[in-house]
Amino acid sequence: MSGFSLPSATLLAQSILSGLFVGALYGLMGLGLSLSWGLLRLINLAHFAFAFLAAYLCYQLAGQGMDPLLTLVVLVPAFFALGALLQALVARFAITPFNSLLLTFGLTGIVEAVIQTIWTADFRKLESTYAHLKFKVGVLFVPVPELITFVLAVALSFAVWAVLRYTDLGKALRAAAEDATIAAAFGVNQKRNALLLAGTCSALAAVAGVCLALSFTLAPSQIYAWVGVVFAAVMLGGLGRALGPLIAGSLIGVSEAVTMAVTAPSWAPIVSFTLLIVILVFRPGRVVP
Amino acid sequence: MSAVRGVLGRRTPWLILGAALLLAFVPKLGLPAFYDSLLYLILHWVVLATSWNILSGYTGYFSFGHGAFFGAGLYTTSTLLGRYEWPFLATLPVAALVAALLGVGLGAVVFRVKGVRGELFALLTLAVTFVIGTIVVNTPLDGGQGVSLSAVPVPAIGATQSSTFYLLALMAATVTVLIAWGITVSKFGAGLYAIHDDEDAAEVMGVPTYRYKLIALAISCALAGIAGGIHALFLSYVTVGEVFTIAVPLTVVLMSVLGGSRHWAGPAVGAVAITLLLYSFTAADHAIAGKALTGVILIAAILFMPDGILPRLQKLMRRRTPPAAVGAAHPPSHLAATGASPPSPTSATTAGHGEVLLRVQGLHKSFKGVRALAGVDVEVRRGEILGLLGPNGSGKSTFINVVSGHHMASGGTVTFEGRALTNHAAHRIAGAGISRTYQIPRPFAHLTVLDNVALATMFGGGVASPDEAREQARAWLHFTGLHEKAHALPDALNLHQRKFLELARALASRPRLVLLDEVLCGLTPSEIDDAVALIRRIRDQGSTIVFVEHVMRAVMALTDRIVVFNHGELLAEGAAAEVMQRPEVMTAYLGKPHPPALQQPQERAHA
Repeated sequence: MSGFSLPSATLLAQSILSGLFVGALYGLMGLGLSLSWGLLRLINLAHFAFAFLAAYLCYQLAGQGMDPLLTLVVLVPAFFALGALLQALVARFAITPFNSLLLTFGLTGIVEAVIQTIWTADFRKLESTYAHLKFKVGVLFVPVPELITFVLAVALSFAVWAVLRYTDLGKALRAAAEDATIAAAFGVNQKRNALLLAGTCSALAAVAGVCLALSFTLAPSQIYAWVGVVFAAVMLGGLGRALGPLIAGSLIGVSEAVTMAVTAPSWAPIVSFTLLIVILVFRPGRVVP
Repeated sequence: MSAVRGVLGRRTPWLILGAALLLAFVPKLGLPAFYDSLLYLILHWVVLATSWNILSGYTGYFSFGHGAFFGAGLYTTSTLLGRYEWPFLATLPVAALVAALLGVGLGAVVFRVKGVRGELFALLTLAVTFVIGTIVVNTPLDGGQGVSLSAVPVPAIGATQSSTFYLLALMAATVTVLIAWGITVSKFGAGLYAIHDDEDAAEVMGVPTYRYKLIALAISCALAGIAGGIHALFLSYVTVGEVFTIAVPLTVVLMSVLGGSRHWAGPAVGAVAITLLLYSFTAADHAIAGKALTGVILIAAILFMPDGILPRLQKLMRRRTPPAAVGAAHPPSHLAATGASPPSPTSATTAGHGEVLLRVQGLHKSFKGVRALAGVDVEVRRGEILGLLGPNGSGKSTFINVVSGHHMASGGTVTFEGRALTNHAAHRIAGAGISRTYQIPRPFAHLTVLDNVALATMFGGGVASPDEAREQARAWLHFTGLHEKAHALPDALNLHQRKFLELARALASRPRLVLLDEVLCGLTPSEIDDAVALIRRIRDQGSTIVFVEHVMRAVMALTDRIVVFNHGELLAEGAAAEVMQRPEVMTAYLGKPHPPALQQPQERAHA
């Protein structure tokens, strides 16, 4: 509406770059969500809470002198166990996809309360050796924490893609997602595979959490701020596809950044959600698993 | 059971009104003002949760967009109050209207897209919430700073401001709960429940699913809009961040799921429980613990009471008082058994035997390049049983699906009793007098056998009163021998009984034409004999039958005439015994004989 103006080329390029970096984090957050929804039919709203819990733990450990990236050694196995535990519960009670959404919402509330009890509702920012590192490429500044996020997101997305496509485990998971009964008849141990996958998804949430801690301020209420836009990336990317969230997330990140540069930052949410609505109305077949 | 329900049913609205009247005297008790505010909040959530349930609980279309409709009402009232200085009460109808229009606009697009159900519908409506929130915050409606209404006078309905809000919310809650109750006992509600269980089957039974979803959404939004309008003045300072969020829809979902989303009172029960719970924790300065406990309750509810508190209690009550329930169940069904109301669907229309009832000309149907029907002409004469035969994939089921409106035709015309029905919506075709069965029975899983049949009576058969429809449905259960199972859920039936339930549903709309899609498939020989006898009786009632079947014994015994399809085209037509001897028909079924074995088919034909 107001303040509609064309920014300079440098500013535009810089905002596209930062959009790409934010988009990579959308993709990294969405990766675990998409896999668990597409392949396990578990719509895990608690994925966001897990990411924030990991971010806070990273913040805590880093405060005690640990390198933030080194915290992954602790966090990844811990969150793998957490995810597998959740999947065991969901499998035990044979929960429908919709009820899994409500169940994990309840879990999100609990995790949020835990975070708020331990770290209070105040904003927290991780001060690490990486925080202020940046270098210049041409006219553009490249901040190191964001670059780490980007590299991790791309590497993990491609790794998951390769596992799903080329390994027996990946094929078994995709087969079981299509028809669990038939897959079981062909000797797929879906129970074990599901635990493995759910654990991996939560471990991915932990990685996303560490990236979150590297470049964002943390507050328990921020958990919900990510839900809408990451869901948009997941659905635009196609459920259960490893590269989908990264590509769609980058697309959303860039278009948001451009919207913010051209109009006001408060208009940013309209991009992803309008995209989501359009895709749902015109191509629902794309997101229906 | 239904007698009990009848008595209770008639009393329910008076009980609701009585309770509301009693509650209206609460401000007279002279309690401290904060009690009024607490009661206001409870009633506020009762309105929101109950209104949400009218679409989402009854039809299963879980909306996460309730915050948007609530917010639309809230901002309508705040804009009219703050900027145009309207009197407060006059803004409420406008708030309801704006919210309803928003809902209808959204529904008109979304409900046309078949794939958007379940979690996709939930996310879509959530996305709409954020889009509308973004627009509101960036326009003068809000402007980013929020709207202050502290200068607006509160109308003097109660003695104090807080009691005024309490009374307003009480009125809104009473109206909302009455509407929610009224829908469950109406034909409209029966249609919504059918949409919940199987939308396609509901449409084929004659439920105008698209229109019903839109109406339910409009009612739901209007009530949420009123709640928003009242809440705007209650808050007196409104911001986008508190309204267009995921918190509003998730709270109402939590309340409804906890209370029981298939029951009209479920959301209200859940709203009271959750609001009190959260309040007691906030009041005691344990807001965080309250949040955690809400999460625990939600998880426990999903795991251990997926149907909610109220249905769970009802189940317990039923188990505790079985004799009364059984005693009440007997008289009506007994009455129907001996009463002189045998099903007489179409006795008047048996006249005119032999004229063309259904005329299908040049019917085409392609699925993305696969031609399932390549221009078939079929005539069905009144009073006959027409067998529809052909090898697998020859287009028989497609024919039934297109004629019944389940699929759109790609070309050609369908004329029934002289009326063009080509590409009419399935519910209109059902209303015109054509009904069908599914090869794999598709009963409404959460409705009793009786209500399954009553639904068809109401929609295809045009009976307006649910009680009357149940009475007629009982007769159809007798006709098909299912009367013992009237109050069972379809899950309790075996395949044979479920096939007969399909037949009862198809007949209950008193059709002139019944399309039977492989009703005998999967039955044992003795069950087939029962079914053949039943189909004869259906014809003797006066219905015309198109009968898709592979069981040749039944085809020979029942049909007056058969048509044979092959590769989507009409291959042969005539009396069954004669047509099946034709070489082209035998080739279609058995394949072309190799030249050396040319003799074989003839030998088989002689044998």
